[in-house]
Amino acid sequence: MSSKEPLFSAKNRKLITNPLNVQNPITIQVLGICSALAVTAKLEPAIVMSISVIFVVVFSNVIISLLRNTIPARIRIIVQLVIVAALVIVVDQILKAYAYEVSKQLSVFVGLIITNCIIMGRLEAFALGNKPWQSALDGVGNGAGYGIILIIVAFFRELFGSGTLTLPGLGTLHIVPQVFYDWGYANNGFMILPPMALITVGIIIWVQRSRNKDLVES
Amino acid sequence: MDKQGNLYTFLYASAMVIVVAAILAFVSETLNPIQSKNVEVAKKIDLLKSVGIESTAKTAEALYEQHIGSNTKVISMSGEEVEGKAFNIDLTKENRKAAEERKYPLYICTLDNGNEKLIIPLRGVGLWGPIWGYISLNEDKKTVFGATFDHKGETPGLGAEISKDFFEEPFKGKTIFDTSGTFTSIKVIKGGGAAGNEHAVDAITGGTITSKGVEDMLWNGLTGYKEYLKN
Repeated sequence: MSSKEPLFSAKNRKLITNPLNVQNPITIQVLGICSALAVTAKLEPAIVMSISVIFVVVFSNVIISLLRNTIPARIRIIVQLVIVAALVIVVDQILKAYAYEVSKQLSVFVGLIITNCIIMGRLEAFALGNKPWQSALDGVGNGAGYGIILIIVAFFRELFGSGTLTLPGLGTLHIVPQVFYDWGYANNGFMILPPMALITVGIIIWVQRSRNKDLVES
Repeated sequence: MDKQGNLYTFLYASAMVIVVAAILAFVSETLNPIQSKNVEVAKKIDLLKSVGIESTAKTAEALYEQHIGSNTKVISMSGEEVEGKAFNIDLTKENRKAAEERKYPLYICTLDNGNEKLIIPLRGVGLWGPIWGYISLNEDKKTVFGATFDHKGETPGLGAEISKDFFEEPFKGKTIFDTSGTFTSIKVIKGGGAAGNEHAVDAITGGTITSKGVEDMLWNGLTGYKEYLKN
């Protein structure tokens, strides 16, 4: 890559757009499913989780990319883990200080970002072999690709499971009007349980593949 | 230096660990006061909620000062008042001690109409982790005025429902002593027991272990206050 390449060249833009769609970490690569199932019962934790993951994947990508020529090959996984773990602890501490309620809901799952396959996957597959700027874009793309699925899943799960949508700063909004309940509508409690997250992700994968036949394996 | 050599690898790992440790220590030290404040405020919100006062992170401090403030006590199992600051007592630590040696914190909340309610903090275990709560008693020291529960990680939709109003509401008006003055606590059972049962509330379907956890927490937690409440 020449140094004259514009910051947002077509190739660089692809680093962001691909993970949102044809290279999506959740629906195509099926990584990071664990937290996608766990934190999507409500919209607010899903949004905060997405932001946290974007932060961690961007910064770990950039740091590893900056260090990539100095890291001894034999301990590269350990170096990656230490950096990811440190960033996750920073995120966890910040959430505990400035978003206490949400951090209580996310509880252990912020810590588990360390084990999110997307992050280690991007470090190994991309940051170790690319420059910091491209790595940052790749991080934004993959973090957002993860986040967007989380938010879509959480939207449907909270809407049908609790009849509400919880947004940061706005609190809980009651979307399903009371008259519906008076007429006999009931929230689908099943939506709140983790299996429905898996099924919702499955439906998203189905929709995505039926719209883009290239994604279907022969 | 040989980048694949042992010396380089060791130096690299050592330097990295020191730098990362320094950064984390700094972050932790800087944010610690704000975090402890959050925990304190959350506790005040829960305390106020047990007597039916709704507060937010912004209003909790002022409301706490107004209704409870320094009106707290620490008592022993025999009902005598002992030294200590109720708010600072860590129930998790106390519960590890023998019942006779524990310190039992007690909050006295003055409502707007002048009524005084006793608030007893509780701590126990649910299915996946700790559960806790606050139960407030009327002036007669046996009728429940209100209760609030929370949990660390009970199953959403099942055990986690203990923090919902529909579970907390039925505690109101229940009594923890029967008419002859024997300690009964409050049972959490399917259907809430027979109609008119003054010592039981309905458990949560699918949340049996968490419901049982609440019941045990009430029994164990309130036992220590028995002597004090009888007087």
